[in-house]
Amino acid sequence: MEETSHRAVAIRDGLGVGVAVGLAGLAFGAAAVTAGMSIAQACVLSLLAFTGASQFALAGAVGAGGDLAASAAGALLLGGRNTLYGLRLAGLLRANGPRRLVVAQGVIDETAAVALAQPNPAAARAGFTATFAALYLTWNLTTLGGAVGTSFLGDPRVLGLDAVGPATFLALLWPRLTRSAELRWLAAGGAAIALAATPFLPPGVPVLLSAVAVLVVMVR
Amino acid sequence: MTLWWAIAVVCAGCYVLKLAGLAAPRWVLEHPVVSRFAELVPVALLAALVAVQMFSEQGRLQVDPARTAGLAAAVVALLLRAPFLVVLLIAAAITALVRVFSG
Repeated sequence: MEETSHRAVAIRDGLGVGVAVGLAGLAFGAAAVTAGMSIAQACVLSLLAFTGASQFALAGAVGAGGDLAASAAGALLLGGRNTLYGLRLAGLLRANGPRRLVVAQGVIDETAAVALAQPNPAAARAGFTATFAALYLTWNLTTLGGAVGTSFLGDPRVLGLDAVGPATFLALLWPRLTRSAELRWLAAGGAAIALAATPFLPPGVPVLLSAVAVLVVMVR
Repeated sequence: MTLWWAIAVVCAGCYVLKLAGLAAPRWVLEHPVVSRFAELVPVALLAALVAVQMFSEQGRLQVDPARTAGLAAAVVALLLRAPFLVVLLIAAAITALVRVFSG
Protein backbone atom coordinates (compact mmCIF):
# COMPACT_ATOMS: atom_id res chain seq x y z
CA MET A 1 0.00 0.00 0.00
CA GLU A 2 2.70 2.44 1.03
CA GLU A 3 4.78 1.36 -1.95
CA THR A 4 1.87 2.24 -4.27
CA SER A 5 1.45 5.72 -2.77
CA HIS A 6 5.20 6.41 -3.10
CA ARG A 7 4.87 5.51 -6.77
CA ALA A 8 1.82 7.75 -7.21
CA VAL A 9 3.66 10.71 -5.65
CA ALA A 10 6.70 10.05 -7.85
CA ILE A 11 4.53 9.99 -10.98
CA ARG A 12 2.72 13.18 -10.00
CA ASP A 13 6.00 15.00 -9.30
CA GLY A 14 7.53 13.64 -12.51
CA LEU A 15 4.63 14.81 -14.66
CA GLY A 16 4.74 18.21 -12.96
CA VAL A 17 8.48 18.65 -13.51
CA GLY A 18 8.17 17.39 -17.08
CA VAL A 19 5.49 19.86 -18.06
CA ALA A 20 6.88 22.83 -16.10
CA VAL A 21 10.47 22.46 -17.28
CA GLY A 22 9.30 21.36 -20.73
CA LEU A 23 7.75 24.78 -21.23
CA ALA A 24 11.31 26.12 -21.42
CA GLY A 25 11.34 24.52 -24.87
CA LEU A 26 9.59 27.72 -25.95
CA ALA A 27 12.73 29.59 -24.98
CA PHE A 28 14.94 27.10 -26.80
CA GLY A 29 12.89 27.20 -30.02
CA ALA A 30 12.98 30.98 -29.94
CA ALA A 31 16.72 31.11 -29.15
CA ALA A 32 17.59 28.63 -31.91
CA VAL A 33 15.69 30.51 -34.62
CA THR A 34 17.01 33.86 -33.37
CA ALA A 35 20.54 32.38 -33.61
CA GLY A 36 19.96 31.59 -37.29
CA MET A 37 18.92 27.92 -37.15
CA SER A 38 15.99 26.69 -39.20
CA ILE A 39 12.82 25.40 -37.53
CA ALA A 40 13.80 21.86 -38.63
CA GLN A 41 17.26 22.20 -37.05
CA ALA A 42 15.76 23.36 -33.73
CA CYS A 43 13.32 20.43 -33.74
CA VAL A 44 15.96 17.81 -34.63
CA LEU A 45 18.09 18.99 -31.70
CA SER A 46 15.19 18.66 -29.26
CA LEU A 47 14.18 15.24 -30.63
CA LEU A 48 17.66 13.69 -30.75
CA ALA A 49 20.04 15.61 -28.48
CA PHE A 50 17.28 16.15 -25.86
CA THR A 51 19.42 17.79 -23.20
CA GLY A 52 18.54 21.42 -22.67
CA ALA A 53 21.86 22.87 -21.57
CA SER A 54 23.76 21.43 -24.56
CA GLN A 55 21.08 22.65 -26.96
CA PHE A 56 21.12 26.19 -25.53
CA ALA A 57 24.92 26.18 -25.65
CA LEU A 58 24.99 25.24 -29.33
CA ALA A 59 22.35 27.82 -30.25
CA GLY A 60 24.13 30.50 -28.23
CA ALA A 61 27.51 29.78 -29.80
CA VAL A 62 26.05 29.64 -33.31
CA GLY A 63 24.22 32.92 -32.72
CA ALA A 64 27.42 34.56 -31.49
CA GLY A 65 29.11 33.48 -34.73
CA GLY A 66 31.42 31.01 -32.99
CA ASP A 67 33.43 28.32 -34.80
CA LEU A 68 31.09 25.36 -35.35
CA ALA A 69 33.52 22.67 -34.20
CA ALA A 70 34.23 24.59 -30.98
CA SER A 71 30.50 25.20 -30.50
CA ALA A 72 29.77 21.49 -30.85
CA ALA A 73 32.59 20.64 -28.42
CA GLY A 74 31.14 23.05 -25.84
CA ALA A 75 27.71 21.47 -26.18
CA LEU A 76 29.20 17.97 -25.71
CA LEU A 77 31.09 19.10 -22.61
CA LEU A 78 27.76 20.12 -21.08
CA GLY A 79 26.39 16.67 -21.96
CA GLY A 80 29.20 15.05 -19.96
CA ARG A 81 27.29 15.27 -16.69
CA ASN A 82 24.62 12.95 -18.09
CA THR A 83 27.28 10.20 -18.02
CA LEU A 84 27.66 10.75 -14.28
CA TYR A 85 23.89 10.62 -13.77
CA GLY A 86 23.85 7.40 -15.80
CA LEU A 87 26.41 5.82 -13.44
CA ARG A 88 24.12 6.58 -10.51
CA LEU A 89 20.88 5.56 -12.24
CA ALA A 90 22.18 2.30 -13.74
CA GLY A 91 21.51 0.28 -10.58
CA LEU A 92 18.14 1.89 -9.90
CA LEU A 93 16.66 1.62 -13.38
CA ARG A 94 18.14 -1.81 -14.20
CA ALA A 95 17.46 -1.35 -17.92
CA ASN A 96 19.03 -3.98 -20.16
CA GLY A 97 19.04 -4.84 -23.85
CA PRO A 98 16.92 -2.75 -26.22
CA ARG A 99 15.12 -1.07 -23.31
CA ARG A 100 18.41 0.43 -22.18
CA LEU A 101 18.79 2.13 -25.57
CA VAL A 102 15.47 3.95 -25.03
CA VAL A 103 16.04 4.70 -21.33
CA ALA A 104 19.45 6.21 -22.16
CA GLN A 105 17.82 9.05 -24.12
CA GLY A 106 16.05 10.07 -20.90
CA VAL A 107 19.15 10.36 -18.67
CA ILE A 108 19.24 14.13 -18.01
CA ASP A 109 19.23 16.61 -15.10
CA GLU A 110 15.48 16.54 -14.46
CA THR A 111 14.90 12.79 -14.66
CA ALA A 112 17.95 12.11 -12.46
CA ALA A 113 16.80 14.68 -9.91
CA VAL A 114 13.25 13.25 -9.69
CA ALA A 115 14.41 9.62 -9.61
CA LEU A 116 16.99 10.25 -6.88
CA ALA A 117 14.49 12.18 -4.73
CA GLN A 118 12.31 9.04 -4.32
CA PRO A 119 12.37 6.82 -1.22
CA ASN A 120 12.66 3.43 -3.01
CA PRO A 121 13.71 1.93 -6.38
CA ALA A 122 10.16 1.27 -7.61
CA ALA A 123 9.19 4.90 -7.01
CA ALA A 124 12.48 6.02 -8.58
CA ARG A 125 11.69 4.06 -11.76
CA ALA A 126 8.14 5.45 -11.88
CA GLY A 127 9.41 9.00 -11.33
CA PHE A 128 12.06 8.61 -14.03
CA THR A 129 9.56 7.33 -16.59
CA ALA A 130 6.91 9.95 -15.82
CA THR A 131 9.45 12.79 -15.99
CA PHE A 132 10.99 11.47 -19.20
CA ALA A 133 7.63 11.02 -20.97
CA ALA A 134 6.14 14.37 -19.90
CA LEU A 135 9.33 16.31 -20.54
CA TYR A 136 10.05 14.71 -23.92
CA LEU A 137 6.55 15.46 -25.18
CA THR A 138 6.36 19.01 -23.79
CA TRP A 139 9.93 19.95 -24.71
CA ASN A 140 9.49 18.91 -28.34
CA LEU A 141 6.06 20.52 -28.77
CA THR A 142 7.19 23.79 -27.20
CA THR A 143 10.43 23.78 -29.23
CA LEU A 144 8.29 23.67 -32.39
CA GLY A 145 5.94 26.32 -30.99
CA GLY A 146 8.80 28.60 -29.93
CA ALA A 147 10.61 28.19 -33.25
CA VAL A 148 7.49 28.85 -35.33
CA GLY A 149 6.12 31.61 -33.14
CA THR A 150 9.32 33.52 -32.32
CA SER A 151 8.20 36.61 -34.16
CA PHE A 152 5.03 37.11 -32.10
CA LEU A 153 6.07 35.42 -28.86
CA GLY A 154 8.64 38.03 -27.90
CA ASP A 155 10.85 37.20 -24.91
CA PRO A 156 9.84 34.06 -22.90
CA ARG A 157 11.63 35.59 -19.91
CA VAL A 158 8.55 37.82 -19.55
CA LEU A 159 6.78 34.73 -18.13
CA GLY A 160 9.60 34.13 -15.65
CA LEU A 161 10.39 30.74 -17.25
CA ASP A 162 14.14 31.22 -16.72
CA ALA A 163 13.57 30.83 -12.96
CA VAL A 164 11.78 27.49 -13.31
CA GLY A 165 14.94 25.45 -14.02
CA PRO A 166 16.91 26.58 -10.93
CA ALA A 167 13.77 26.39 -8.74
CA THR A 168 13.14 22.82 -9.94
CA PHE A 169 16.63 21.61 -9.08
CA LEU A 170 16.58 23.35 -5.71
CA ALA A 171 13.16 21.93 -4.82
CA LEU A 172 14.29 18.42 -5.77
CA LEU A 173 17.51 18.69 -3.74
CA TRP A 174 15.71 20.25 -0.76
CA PRO A 175 14.67 17.11 1.18
CA ARG A 176 18.21 15.72 1.02
CA LEU A 177 19.72 19.07 2.03
CA THR A 178 17.46 19.43 5.08
CA ARG A 179 18.38 15.91 6.26
CA SER A 180 22.16 16.00 6.00
CA ALA A 181 24.71 18.65 6.94
CA GLU A 182 27.32 16.83 4.84
CA LEU A 183 25.14 17.19 1.72
CA ARG A 184 24.55 20.89 2.51
CA TRP A 185 28.32 21.44 2.55
CA LEU A 186 28.66 19.44 -0.64
CA ALA A 187 25.97 21.50 -2.41
CA ALA A 188 27.43 24.80 -1.20
CA GLY A 189 30.93 23.69 -2.22
CA GLY A 190 29.77 22.57 -5.68
CA ALA A 191 27.94 25.85 -6.25
CA ALA A 192 30.93 27.92 -5.06
CA ILE A 193 33.39 26.04 -7.29
CA ALA A 194 31.15 26.45 -10.35
CA LEU A 195 30.63 30.17 -9.78
CA ALA A 196 34.32 30.79 -9.10
CA ALA A 197 35.26 29.00 -12.33
CA THR A 198 32.57 30.61 -14.52
CA PRO A 199 34.52 33.72 -15.63
CA PHE A 200 37.60 31.69 -16.55
CA LEU A 201 36.41 28.50 -18.24
CA PRO A 202 34.15 27.76 -21.22
CA PRO A 203 30.46 27.05 -20.51
CA GLY A 204 29.88 23.54 -19.23
CA VAL A 205 33.25 23.09 -17.57
CA PRO A 206 32.39 24.91 -14.30
CA VAL A 207 29.42 22.62 -13.58
CA LEU A 208 31.51 19.50 -14.28
CA LEU A 209 34.30 20.91 -12.12
CA SER A 210 31.91 21.02 -9.14
CA ALA A 211 32.44 17.25 -8.91
CA VAL A 212 35.76 18.13 -7.22
CA ALA A 213 33.68 18.96 -4.14
CA VAL A 214 32.62 15.30 -4.07
CA LEU A 215 36.25 14.17 -3.96
CA VAL A 216 36.88 16.52 -1.02
CA VAL A 217 33.91 15.06 0.88
CA MET A 218 35.07 11.50 0.12
CA VAL A 219 38.67 12.05 1.20
CA ARG A 220 37.65 13.74 4.44
CA MET B 1 31.71 22.09 -40.99
CA THR B 2 28.16 23.04 -41.89
CA LEU B 3 25.53 23.71 -39.26
CA TRP B 4 23.78 20.41 -40.00
CA TRP B 5 27.03 18.53 -39.36
CA ALA B 6 27.52 20.30 -36.05
CA ILE B 7 23.95 19.35 -35.10
CA ALA B 8 24.53 15.70 -36.09
CA VAL B 9 27.72 15.55 -33.99
CA VAL B 10 25.98 17.08 -30.97
CA CYS B 11 22.97 14.73 -31.26
CA ALA B 12 25.09 11.58 -31.61
CA GLY B 13 27.59 12.67 -28.96
CA CYS B 14 24.93 13.58 -26.39
CA TYR B 15 23.29 10.18 -26.81
CA VAL B 16 26.56 8.28 -26.45
CA LEU B 17 27.40 10.26 -23.28
CA LYS B 18 24.02 9.34 -21.75
CA LEU B 19 24.39 5.67 -22.69
CA ALA B 20 27.99 5.44 -21.44
CA GLY B 21 27.01 5.90 -17.78
CA LEU B 22 24.11 3.45 -17.92
CA ALA B 23 26.15 0.84 -19.78
CA ALA B 24 29.23 0.94 -17.56
CA PRO B 25 30.31 -2.61 -16.60
CA ARG B 26 28.90 -4.01 -13.36
CA TRP B 27 32.27 -4.23 -11.59
CA VAL B 28 32.78 -0.51 -12.18
CA LEU B 29 29.30 0.36 -10.83
CA GLU B 30 29.69 -1.90 -7.80
CA HIS B 31 33.13 -0.67 -6.80
CA PRO B 32 32.57 1.07 -3.43
CA VAL B 33 34.51 4.21 -4.39
CA VAL B 34 32.63 4.54 -7.71
CA SER B 35 29.25 3.95 -6.11
CA ARG B 36 29.88 6.49 -3.33
CA PHE B 37 31.10 9.02 -5.94
CA ALA B 38 28.04 8.37 -8.14
CA GLU B 39 25.78 8.72 -5.10
CA LEU B 40 27.16 12.13 -4.14
CA VAL B 41 27.89 13.63 -7.55
CA PRO B 42 24.32 14.61 -8.53
CA VAL B 43 24.04 16.78 -5.39
CA ALA B 44 27.17 18.76 -6.34
CA LEU B 45 26.24 18.99 -10.04
CA LEU B 46 22.64 20.05 -9.47
CA ALA B 47 23.67 22.65 -6.88
CA ALA B 48 26.31 23.96 -9.30
CA LEU B 49 23.67 24.08 -12.04
CA VAL B 50 21.34 26.14 -9.82
CA ALA B 51 24.17 28.59 -9.09
CA VAL B 52 25.31 28.91 -12.70
CA GLN B 53 21.79 29.25 -14.12
CA MET B 54 20.97 31.83 -11.48
CA PHE B 55 24.07 33.99 -11.44
CA SER B 56 25.77 33.85 -14.82
CA GLU B 57 24.98 35.23 -18.23
CA GLN B 58 27.06 34.10 -21.21
CA GLY B 59 30.16 33.24 -19.20
CA ARG B 60 30.03 36.29 -16.92
CA LEU B 61 28.89 36.44 -13.32
CA GLN B 62 25.74 38.52 -13.18
CA VAL B 63 22.83 38.94 -10.77
CA ASP B 64 19.40 39.19 -12.39
CA PRO B 65 17.24 40.86 -9.70
CA ALA B 66 13.96 39.38 -10.95
CA ARG B 67 15.27 35.81 -11.13
CA THR B 68 16.96 36.18 -7.73
CA ALA B 69 13.64 37.34 -6.23
CA GLY B 70 11.94 34.34 -7.87
CA LEU B 71 14.39 31.88 -6.33
CA ALA B 72 14.23 33.60 -2.93
CA ALA B 73 10.44 33.23 -3.04
CA ALA B 74 10.92 29.55 -3.92
CA VAL B 75 13.15 29.10 -0.85
CA VAL B 76 10.47 30.68 1.37
CA ALA B 77 7.87 28.38 -0.18
CA LEU B 78 10.14 25.36 0.48
CA LEU B 79 10.64 26.43 4.11
CA LEU B 80 6.83 26.63 4.44
CA ARG B 81 6.61 23.10 2.99
CA ALA B 82 4.68 24.16 -0.09
CA PRO B 83 4.00 21.37 -2.62
CA PHE B 84 6.53 20.99 -5.42
CA LEU B 85 4.44 22.48 -8.25
CA VAL B 86 3.45 25.46 -6.10
CA VAL B 87 7.17 26.16 -5.57
CA LEU B 88 7.77 26.25 -9.33
CA LEU B 89 4.71 28.45 -9.96
CA ILE B 90 5.79 30.91 -7.26
CA ALA B 91 9.31 31.12 -8.71
CA ALA B 92 8.01 31.90 -12.21
CA ALA B 93 5.26 34.26 -11.03
CA ILE B 94 7.51 36.34 -8.74
CA THR B 95 10.21 36.55 -11.44
CA ALA B 96 7.65 37.71 -14.01
CA LEU B 97 6.05 40.20 -11.57
CA VAL B 98 9.38 41.77 -10.56
CA ARG B 99 10.24 42.11 -14.27
CA VAL B 100 6.94 43.84 -14.96
CA PHE B 101 7.36 46.32 -12.11
CA SER B 102 11.07 47.00 -12.67
CA GLY B 103 10.33 47.72 -16.33
